[in-house]
Amino acid sequence: MEIPYTVSARPDTGLYNAKIGIWLFLASEVMLFGGLFSAYVFLRIGAAPGYWPHGLLNVPVGTFNTAVLIASSVTVVLAWASLKMRQFTQYKIWMGITILCGILFLVVKLTYEWPAKYHHFGAYIKKDALAKYEPYLGNNYLAAKGLPPRVEITGDLTKESEASMDDANTKTYVFKALDVVNAKPTDPESDRPTFWLREPIERTLVLDKADVDYASMFVPRHSAYFQTYFLITGLHGLHVLGGLIVFTYFWLPAGANMYKRNPEHLANRIEVAGLFWHFVDLVWIFVFPLFYLL
Amino acid sequence: METSTAIHSHDPHDPHGHGGHDDHHELGFLQKYVFSTDHKVIGIQYGIMGLAFLFFGFCLMMLMRWQLAYPGHALPGIGPFLARIIKNDGMNAGGVPGVMSPDFYNSLGAMHGTIMVFLGIVPVAFAAFGNYVVPLQIGAPDMTFPKINMASFHSFWVGGMIMLVSFFCPTGPAKSGWTSYSPLADLADQGSGHVIFNGQTMWILGMVFLITSSLLGAVNFITTIIQLRAPGLTWMRMPFFCWVQLITAFILLLAFPPLEAASFMQLMDRVFGTSFFLPHGVTLGNKLVNVAGGGSPLLWQHLFWFLAHPEVYVLILPGLGIIAEVLTNNTRRPMWGYKAAVYAALGIGFLSFIVWAHHMYLTGMGAAVSTFFQTTTILISVPSVIILTCLLLSLWGGSIRFTVPMLFATAFLPEFGIGGLTGIPLAFNSTDLYLHDTYYIIAHFHYIVAPGTIFAIFAGVYYWFPKASGRMMNEFLGKIHFWGSLVSINIVFFPMFLQGMAGMHRRGFDGGLAYDLNKPVIHWNETISHAAWTLGLFQLPFIFNFFWSMKFGRKVGKNPWNATTLEWSAPSPPPHGNFAEPVAVYRGPYEYSVPGHPVDFVPQADPQGPRTDAGAHGH
Amino acid sequence: MEQTHDQTHAAEHDVAHHVNKHVKGYLMVGGLLLFCTMLTVALSYVNFGTQKANIVVAMALATFKAGCVAAIFMHLKSEKWTIYRFLLITVVFAIGLFFLTGLAMMDPIKLN
Repeated sequence: MEIPYTVSARPDTGLYNAKIGIWLFLASEVMLFGGLFSAYVFLRIGAAPGYWPHGLLNVPVGTFNTAVLIASSVTVVLAWASLKMRQFTQYKIWMGITILCGILFLVVKLTYEWPAKYHHFGAYIKKDALAKYEPYLGNNYLAAKGLPPRVEITGDLTKESEASMDDANTKTYVFKALDVVNAKPTDPESDRPTFWLREPIERTLVLDKADVDYASMFVPRHSAYFQTYFLITGLHGLHVLGGLIVFTYFWLPAGANMYKRNPEHLANRIEVAGLFWHFVDLVWIFVFPLFYLL
Repeated sequence: METSTAIHSHDPHDPHGHGGHDDHHELGFLQKYVFSTDHKVIGIQYGIMGLAFLFFGFCLMMLMRWQLAYPGHALPGIGPFLARIIKNDGMNAGGVPGVMSPDFYNSLGAMHGTIMVFLGIVPVAFAAFGNYVVPLQIGAPDMTFPKINMASFHSFWVGGMIMLVSFFCPTGPAKSGWTSYSPLADLADQGSGHVIFNGQTMWILGMVFLITSSLLGAVNFITTIIQLRAPGLTWMRMPFFCWVQLITAFILLLAFPPLEAASFMQLMDRVFGTSFFLPHGVTLGNKLVNVAGGGSPLLWQHLFWFLAHPEVYVLILPGLGIIAEVLTNNTRRPMWGYKAAVYAALGIGFLSFIVWAHHMYLTGMGAAVSTFFQTTTILISVPSVIILTCLLLSLWGGSIRFTVPMLFATAFLPEFGIGGLTGIPLAFNSTDLYLHDTYYIIAHFHYIVAPGTIFAIFAGVYYWFPKASGRMMNEFLGKIHFWGSLVSINIVFFPMFLQGMAGMHRRGFDGGLAYDLNKPVIHWNETISHAAWTLGLFQLPFIFNFFWSMKFGRKVGKNPWNATTLEWSAPSPPPHGNFAEPVAVYRGPYEYSVPGHPVDFVPQADPQGPRTDAGAHGH
Repeated sequence: MEQTHDQTHAAEHDVAHHVNKHVKGYLMVGGLLLFCTMLTVALSYVNFGTQKANIVVAMALATFKAGCVAAIFMHLKSEKWTIYRFLLITVVFAIGLFFLTGLAMMDPIKLN
């Protein structure tokens, strides 16, 4: 028993089954990421002034990752084209590069970008304590310039302070370094995010827990911004991983066997997997500016 | 322009090539019954498991009805037994065995709703009937993606097991309503010490598996209906049942993902301490919750109802399809207004996506946005009425034979009418202001799903049982099942309209005792409960009939109902691959009582016989 | 449909030749996308007046890039009507989700 139109197209629709299937699946993915992006919009618009941060992510690294993903989109379509032109070795080369690009993307994210956040600390200052920390927030200066206020002090804690952060007996957070916006709050350079990430400046600051509204490392629970960032890039990363698994399967001998049996069948599979991969790239094209730049 | 041309490989082992042939090796038990890729086996798997969940969800409700009829009283017999196995003193309130705690009542409510909707109706009406019947009705050998079909079933039962296992969580299963509103659902059972193994978190994980199952199924249904229709089966010759399954699949495909997104967010709120749905300043037990805040409870409601409203059309559309098949067959005449019904169903499918905030009239919406949703909600009643009218008019001039499926189908019509009409006051925010969250709502939607869809499901089971098993179900037992269910189900739900109009809240675990305004209608609780238990009793003949007839039912051939659609041209039960020879279609789906024809029906696949398309033209 | 050995080879060759013509296009679009990425980053440091304006510029560029990926890499430019239909209803519903949710947020009951 054969299922018709698995490889060849049905005449009136002009499509083979898997192509319809993948586009339907991508339609549902549009709605999935649509739901996530609508949460982004809701939470960002609803954030009080100063509570949606800017300039916390590493733009050069993010740009690099974007370029890597775009390159992999090119190489995957070239892999498919090689199969359509029955050049199997070329296909293996392009597909191999695609897989490497995908792995590179994930490695950069999981070994550098995310961990760099886990060890960074931020504390939201209570409204009635804002004046007390004016030397670190510079709100008078910002108000005069018409810029949104600063309500958070961010930087690196000392090892002991980080370890005892949640301990009810410790009454302070002890910074060993402050981010430039808090070390030099009235420096015009701190008005807007810069392209190159500026290293925290060594500065000791003892922050009373009583003056703090909410504090945490830069993990999902830190803020609406980080919870949305980690959720969307995390889910996106899972999709990248899924795509890589499928590509690797077809790069291994299973792909060669299918090519031997029916080369058009493999070409169709790679086309369909490539469509998924392009969608993943498409999502990142929106994620990058929304989180890294805006 | 890219086209995939039909390129045949030269490999003699290529199934497309000239040297290919089918492998007919014997499949082992696991491959045949557990890991099957045959749509018929998968349909039966969904059907039996879904019916079992329906019965389990029904039992949860019967427990609730005890508390509502006799608040605070110990349940005799099984009460003390449940007291021993239910966690958290759920049936042991105040140390008295058999007395239900408020928390457990809430759990029963939340799980009854979740199980009936996602583990009962959708798997049976959409997945079971759809999987079994649609490929047969379009003349296909199977679904386009048999392995994905299998994956969707396995995702379903895993989700179901997670939901069942949640009953054994130390603090009990989910208890924040099937609607899981935040902030309550974000915070319920926090501090129980179990980050994952608690009711609400397990609910979320179960939902992720169930949503995945539906998405995979939806992709399969749509692709199959588009690509695998037999030659001659044009769109307007397709049975109405297939049309509604197609539309239902589209609704599932596009409406579920935002709920999946919201589920991930609620999961993160519960497990990682985020605040997607928690605003600043939430307190729990008089203590400020230690979260960043800045989230929005309304965001959950929007994303939840974006699915949950289209979901109710998922619940009714397959039922309407089943009724159309049964009605045409038992009136021996074509469907009245087939084309109008098809376009109306498409209209319902589209409009269902832009009405959701009528569940949120009380959240402080302004005039512009509530006017929009009131308008679209009233608009969607039009195609619903069109379909019901077409079905009603299909009785006109018919030669009605009251087989058991026909009994259920005929009863469906006024019951669905009541359910639909009672929705009209809910479309307007002015009247909904009063009726929202009362028993009126419960009566309204239960009239549509219970004597509505579930009756349609029963009709479908009695109707297609002979196709799937080669035997008829017992008619006498079927009639007992029908009359007992019809009478008791109306006694269950009709008084709820009265209770709701008096203002009785829908989630009160004490049956409304706490509020004086309920006094005039509270006496109905006992009547309703007894009717519900009677309804349960009348399901026993059905359950017995179902299993008994598999072995001892009257044997029948291909077409015991003298029906026209393609599934009745295949053997009963159909073999792997469905049709012995490739099938083609020569006419519309409901060619009954064609004037001049000696027999009162002409099967779609019959190459002889008049080539008419009664009421259906074009391609 | 049966094809002769020669016909099959000829058909495959046609497809191969056809696809080959597009390879250069894929590389050019890839380059264009990389350029647009740099442009997006650069423009994010230019002040267009309000934050809203900055967002509009960035999203417009992103939409253009997404359009290139969809039209050329995903072959949407030459795809069948069936696929367009799926995407059309998806886009309509996605816009509905965003717009109506946003409208509900922007239009609360006014208490005066």
